[in-house]
Amino acid sequence: MATEVLMPALSPTMEEGTLAKWLVEEGDTVKSGQILAEIETDKATMEFEAVDEGVVGKILVAEGTAGVKVNTPIAVLVEEGETVSDAPAPAAVAAVAVAAEAPVASPAVVAAPAPAPVAAKGWPHTDLPEGPTKTMTVREALREAMAEEMRADPTVFLMGEEVGEYQGAYKISQGLLDEFGPRRVVDTPITEIGFAGIGVGASWGGLKPIVEFMTFNFSMQAMDHIINSAAKTLYMSGGQMGSPMVFRGPNGAAARVGAQHSQDFAAWYAAIPGMRVCMPYSAADAKGLLKTAIRDPNPVVFLENEILYGRSFEVPTDPDFTVPFGKASILREGKDVTLVSFGIGCAHALAAAEELAKEGVEAEVVNLRTLRPIDYDTVLASVMKTNRCVTVEEGFPVGSIGDHLASTIMQKAFDYLDAPVITCTGKDVPMPYAANLEKFALITPAEVVTAVKSVCYR
Amino acid sequence: MAKKPETRPNVSKEELLKYYREMLLIRRFEEKAGQLYGMGLIGGFCHLYIGQEAVVVGLEAATKEGDKRVTSYRDHGHMLACGMDPKGVMAELTGRIGGYSKGKGGSMHMFSKEKHFYGGHGIVGAQVPLGAGLAFADKYLGNDNVTFTYFGDGAANQGQVYETYNMAELWQLPVIFVIENNGYAMGTSVKRSTKSTTYYGRGLAYGIPGEQVDGMDVLAVKAAGEKAIAHCRAGNGPYILEMMTYRYRGHSMSDPAKYRTREEVEKIKTEKDCIEHVRDLLTQGGLASDEELKAIDKEIKAIVNESAEFAKESPEPDLSELWTDITV
Repeated sequence: MATEVLMPALSPTMEEGTLAKWLVEEGDTVKSGQILAEIETDKATMEFEAVDEGVVGKILVAEGTAGVKVNTPIAVLVEEGETVSDAPAPAAVAAVAVAAEAPVASPAVVAAPAPAPVAAKGWPHTDLPEGPTKTMTVREALREAMAEEMRADPTVFLMGEEVGEYQGAYKISQGLLDEFGPRRVVDTPITEIGFAGIGVGASWGGLKPIVEFMTFNFSMQAMDHIINSAAKTLYMSGGQMGSPMVFRGPNGAAARVGAQHSQDFAAWYAAIPGMRVCMPYSAADAKGLLKTAIRDPNPVVFLENEILYGRSFEVPTDPDFTVPFGKASILREGKDVTLVSFGIGCAHALAAAEELAKEGVEAEVVNLRTLRPIDYDTVLASVMKTNRCVTVEEGFPVGSIGDHLASTIMQKAFDYLDAPVITCTGKDVPMPYAANLEKFALITPAEVVTAVKSVCYR
Repeated sequence: MAKKPETRPNVSKEELLKYYREMLLIRRFEEKAGQLYGMGLIGGFCHLYIGQEAVVVGLEAATKEGDKRVTSYRDHGHMLACGMDPKGVMAELTGRIGGYSKGKGGSMHMFSKEKHFYGGHGIVGAQVPLGAGLAFADKYLGNDNVTFTYFGDGAANQGQVYETYNMAELWQLPVIFVIENNGYAMGTSVKRSTKSTTYYGRGLAYGIPGEQVDGMDVLAVKAAGEKAIAHCRAGNGPYILEMMTYRYRGHSMSDPAKYRTREEVEKIKTEKDCIEHVRDLLTQGGLASDEELKAIDKEIKAIVNESAEFAKESPEPDLSELWTDITV
C-alpha cells in the first residue's frame, strides 16, 4: 500500500517551510529512520527522517521549493513492486499519516495564527519616513539591527544561549558569529541568572551587552539582575553609573508549549522604573526600536514574539532609520473607537478593525511600540477624538497595561468618554496545552470585535 | 593560645604604619556610624565591618590603578580602603546630598566610578556575577585589570556563585573571588549552613584554584592578594581567596546575637585582632613608639569626627532629587 509523506511541522510555530534538498531519488528503497530530505524551517535547517519503510514511488515537491505548507504531501512511498497509481485517494492517506507521524503538525490544532500580515495595507499612517523600503521579516529586521549596531560600535556584543554556533535558537543571530567572531557573539552555558549578572557587570565595565534570553520565560531566573542590578543602579549611584544594555528575546505565547513557556511579561517589566521596555509589532518597529535600544544608555527590555518572527513588513532602507522610544504609531485611522495595542496584539486589533469596517465601524489602531515610556499623548488624543477605547494585549488581566491605560484615560479624558474602557487580555489562567483550551485562553480578534460593539452600544 | 611577639624584618615601618592607619580609619569610622545609628541619624540597615578590616586593607595594598572591586551590603570598609572620601560615605549613611549617591543609595548601595568601586549590593550573592561581568569587560577591552569580587560565607551558598565560577573559568576572566568567611551568615554559622565548610575548595570542581588565608593578618592577606593578582593578570583566569575573619558586631544593628557567646567574641578580640596585631609588630619590633601611634589615633579620630560633622550638616536631598537619575 502506498503512503504519502507529508511536509512535517518541525517547530511549534512552523506553518510552512522550504524543501531544501532531497537525499533520496525516485526508485530508492528507504528504511525507517533514513534521512529523506533537508527541510528549512523558521528556526533551522532540519533533517527529515522516514517513518515507514518502502520505495520512493514519486517525489511530489521538487527540492528548492519554498513555502510548502505543513501537511502537504511531498512524496509517495510504495511497497516493493507497487506503482504510484496503486495509492489510495490522497485525502484519506493524509489524515492517517498525520495521526501516525506528526500529531502536532496539523494546522487545525496549531493555535489560531494571527491573521495574515497587513504590511502595506495598515501601515501608511505610521511614522515610516519618506523614502524607499524593502520587505523583510521581523527576524531579518532584528538581525540587521544588531549587525549594523555591532559594526558601528565595537563595544556592542551579543551573549546568550545558542546565539553563536547554533546560529540562534530562533535564527535571530544567524550569521553573526561568522561576521563578528566568538569574542562578540558569546555562547553561554544554560545559566540565566549568571549570564544576566555578567552582562550587567560588563555594562558597568564599559561595554554595551545585548543579552538574549532564549525566551523571556527564562528571564524569571534572571529577573533579580534585570531589576535590582540593571534598572536601579543609576538611581542608587546618584547618577554616577548606569547599565547601557539590552535584554531581548521572544516573549508571550508561541503555540502549544504550555504554561511555563507561554507568558507575556509586558506589564511585569513595564512596572519597573529605571528601564525602557519595547514591544515591537512590525519589522520596521523591530529594526528601528532595537537600534534605538542598543544605542540607549539605559537598560532596555526588548520583548519580541516568536509568531511574528516570520511575518514580513516594509522596512525603510535608510541605514539611519530608527524608531524613537515613547512614540506610538497609528496603524489605522478611524473615528469611532480607539484600539490600543502593542506587539502581536496589534495583529488582533487590525484584524478586528477589518471586521468592524465591514459593519461600518471605523476603528483607530494605536501601536504603543514602547511600554516604558508610554506615549500617553497619542493615546489620549485618539480617545478624545473617538470617545471610546478598547485595549488589546495577550498578558494576564490583573495589573495589565490595559488597566493602567484605562485608569490614565479615566483621569485625563473622563469627560471625553462615551463608554467605559474595555481591556481585552489573555484569560486569567496558566496557559493550557490542549489546542482548544489554548485558543480559548488567548485574546482573539472576535473578542475585540465584541468589546468594540459593547463600547459602541451596538 | 597566647599571643607571641613577632618580627617581620622584610616589612617596612612605613608599610606597617599605612596598614595601621587604614585599618584604624575603618574601625573608628564604623564605631562612629554605630553611634550615629543609635542617635537616629542613620536609618534602615547598617552592617558594620569591625573586626574584618585586615581583609580589605591587605588586598587593596596589592592592587594597581584600574583594578575594580564590588562587594555586598557590608561595604563601608571596602569603600574607605579603596580611597573613597569618609565624608561622602558617612553623608550617604545619613541620607544627605553630600553622600556618594546623593543620599539615594544608603549604606548598602554606594558607588564610586572614580575609585572603581561598583557597589554596595543588597541582594546576597548578586555581586558575584556582576564582578565577573566587570572582569569580562576588562578582558574584552584587552587591559590587564583585575576585579575583586567580595562575598561572605552566606553568599557562598547561593546558586549564582557557581554559575559564575563556571563561566569565569570557562572564559578565563580576570576576577578574584574573595570569600570573607566571618563564620556567620547573619545568625547561621558555617556549620549550620553546609557540610562542605572549606569554601576555597569549591572552585576546584570548575578548575579554579583557591586557598584559605588568615584574614586577621594583614600581611598574610596582602601576600595572598599578590599571588592571586599575579595569576589573574597573567591571563590564567579566576582565583579564589577564602579569608578567615570575624565580625565583632552583629549582622546589622538590630542583631540580638543569640547565636554566639560573648566569650567567643572576646576571645577573638583578645587573641586575633588585626589592628592589635600590627600595633604589636610596630611596637614590639621597635619600629614605632606609643607616641607615634597615639598621634595617628588622634589624626584618625579627627578625620572621622569631620566626616560625622559633614554627614550631619550636609542637607537632605532636595525633593526634586526624587525624580532624577532614574534614566539617562
